[in-house]
Amino acid sequence: MADAIAKRHGPDMSAAVKDALLSGLIALGLFGPLVGLRTEQNMRNELVVQGRWGLLASVIGVIVVGRFLLLTLVWPAMAARKERAGPASETPSAVRQAVSRWFAPTSLVFLFLYPVIIVSLLGFQGSLKWVDNFGIQILIYVMLGWGLNIVVGLAGLLDLGYVAFYAVGAYSYALLSSHFGLSFWILLPMAGIFAALWGILLGFPVLRLRGDYLAIVTLAFGEIIRLVLINWRELTNGSSGISSIPKITLFGIKFDASPDGFAKIMDLPISSAYYKIFLYYLILLLALLTAFVTIRLRKLPVGRAWEALREDEIACRSLGINTTNTKLTAFALGAMFAGFAGSFFAARQGFVSPESFTFMESAIIVAIVVLGGMGSMVGVALAAVAMIGGTELLRELAFLKTIFGDNFNPDQFRMLIFGLAMVGIMIWKPRGFVSSREPTIFLAERKTISGSLVKEGHG
Amino acid sequence: MSETLTMTRDAPMPWENRPVLKVEHVFMRFGGLIAVNDLSFSVGRGDITALIGPNGAGKTTVFNCITGFYKPTQGMLRLEHADGSTFLLERMPDFKISAKAKVARTFQNIRLFSGMTLLENLLVAQHNTLMLASGMTILGVLGLPGYRNAERKAVEKAKYWLEKTGLTARADDPAGDLPYGAQRRLEIARAMCTEPELLCLDEPAAGLNPRESAELNALLLGIRETEKTSILLIEHDMSVVMEISDHVIVLEYGTKIADGSPTEVRNDPRVIAAYLGVDDEEVEVVEETLDEIIEGAAT
Repeated sequence: MADAIAKRHGPDMSAAVKDALLSGLIALGLFGPLVGLRTEQNMRNELVVQGRWGLLASVIGVIVVGRFLLLTLVWPAMAARKERAGPASETPSAVRQAVSRWFAPTSLVFLFLYPVIIVSLLGFQGSLKWVDNFGIQILIYVMLGWGLNIVVGLAGLLDLGYVAFYAVGAYSYALLSSHFGLSFWILLPMAGIFAALWGILLGFPVLRLRGDYLAIVTLAFGEIIRLVLINWRELTNGSSGISSIPKITLFGIKFDASPDGFAKIMDLPISSAYYKIFLYYLILLLALLTAFVTIRLRKLPVGRAWEALREDEIACRSLGINTTNTKLTAFALGAMFAGFAGSFFAARQGFVSPESFTFMESAIIVAIVVLGGMGSMVGVALAAVAMIGGTELLRELAFLKTIFGDNFNPDQFRMLIFGLAMVGIMIWKPRGFVSSREPTIFLAERKTISGSLVKEGHG
Repeated sequence: MSETLTMTRDAPMPWENRPVLKVEHVFMRFGGLIAVNDLSFSVGRGDITALIGPNGAGKTTVFNCITGFYKPTQGMLRLEHADGSTFLLERMPDFKISAKAKVARTFQNIRLFSGMTLLENLLVAQHNTLMLASGMTILGVLGLPGYRNAERKAVEKAKYWLEKTGLTARADDPAGDLPYGAQRRLEIARAMCTEPELLCLDEPAAGLNPRESAELNALLLGIRETEKTSILLIEHDMSVVMEISDHVIVLEYGTKIADGSPTEVRNDPRVIAAYLGVDDEEVEVVEETLDEIIEGAAT
């Protein structure tokens, strides 16, 4: 009781000052050697110690002031808010429900209007960056995330080599279009089928594996595909990659400056923005196809079998479900969508090389699925926006150079920020952005299922 | 002793007449350990058969052999449907035993799909029927009406079993949220949704209070009456075994020590010894005295 009164009368100032100074002391001990001292080689190859006392002082200053503010302002304010919101925290479910109900349709409308908005704001030339670097790039990862979501989120099979199927799709389009001149619209389904076949091929040997072992084998598979692409010079041109891959045409109309190109036909000024906007809508439709098929499949026996497999494989077998086939369909379907995305990627870049299909890519896609909440479509899309859009935004932070000097490159901090974000989310939202599960069918009332009951699968 | 008892009978036991499952000379070895040793028994059609025995007697191993989770080292498991088609279970992979031979099972440590609703659990159990109706998914994705009808029927069946197990009110709740006894009932309902010829229950009454136990008895008797499904159950709860079973088989150390009606088994000295832990010498003493009594009664 006395404690509560003390809280209401404001924080204890002298204690806060003492605490802040103590933090400053600890910071001095930590950052003194780390930041304050720097060794450099002089002309005679000797190491010379330089003191960076100004920087050290500013770091410690920030820590002392920050700690003081935290103690006197931020934490008391948070505690007060918690006290006020304590009993009322049960009610905001109405707002929550409305948000979760309207979020998907609203964002869908927004996605369709996005290029229009950007073009009307910035003009065709100014829209390039926002449509291409943000729109298309994010949507590719949304599609990959949704594809992997079938394997990891629904069937509960941890696949760390997903990028291999993306590579199969990309190289299928790159090779078949540049050697045989086949159109994108024929090669798109073919790339999906090829990737699905590779998915089944990978699926067979790994069916007996579970958990960590499955993850390692899929990881190895991803590396095998990449190494084959590097070393099979005759076919893939090795690490220099395949360039000048044909662009996509719309009903035979090319997006270039030729007399029968899109700009001339439409009587518009020549710009590369039309092609980008076209690509944007194409990848949007492909991503929505992935979403549509996944949502449909979840309500079909095969989707329920995937989820049941994630929950308990032995029970599945006792109910007469052929778990081999069920796993294979999950692998094949997930791989197929990666194949679609891959062929789109090759056509958009005009260039593919094994560089684009490193383990890092697989890790990012898995991170998107885990971050989004395994099995949740909206969560995965949000995570893709946060992860890919976030890294793209880092490129926009060039103004930071004026503060940190010319050597500062915000891009290089990408991994650091990734790591911190992951740790933060795993602390506050251990099951991802959207942790609850929507039932596929209901008798009387649709009730979302708490994430704590849903299993993550065991490989 | 039990053999002497059976041999003294003239007529064959009722469960020997066209049994739904005939287990013949089954052995199961794990390395040097013989978990099941030359076990033969029959499960009568439409009967409730109980498999009992002390902990570690090999009951669950027998179950795993019947449902295909283990391949018996040796021996034959013959399942015969009412229509006369027969299946050799030891030759079939586990999922086919459920899908084709129509043997359903529950587990000692409940294995529900805890993150899925009750209704979803029961629909997963009807996977094979629904899979066919959805044209192996292809027709289903296109949204053709054939699948929708099949799904409606599947939901009807699920509702029927929810009704029977008293879980209708919770149909849209996740299975992991149910209390223990309800989870046990749901597991039985899920097994029944596969329309089994033989239902294998691994300790269905474990952890139930007396009232729930009585409800379970009623449910099992109901299944036998209306569905004509034969039931094979492992149980420690003697009130369940003695009240509802028609035929009891007792295992100890992987060997069958008694086989007969509940009353016969209850009075079998070897069963009493196995359960109450009498010394080996005392068993002989008990057997001798019993033999004398029987002989005395015969003369």
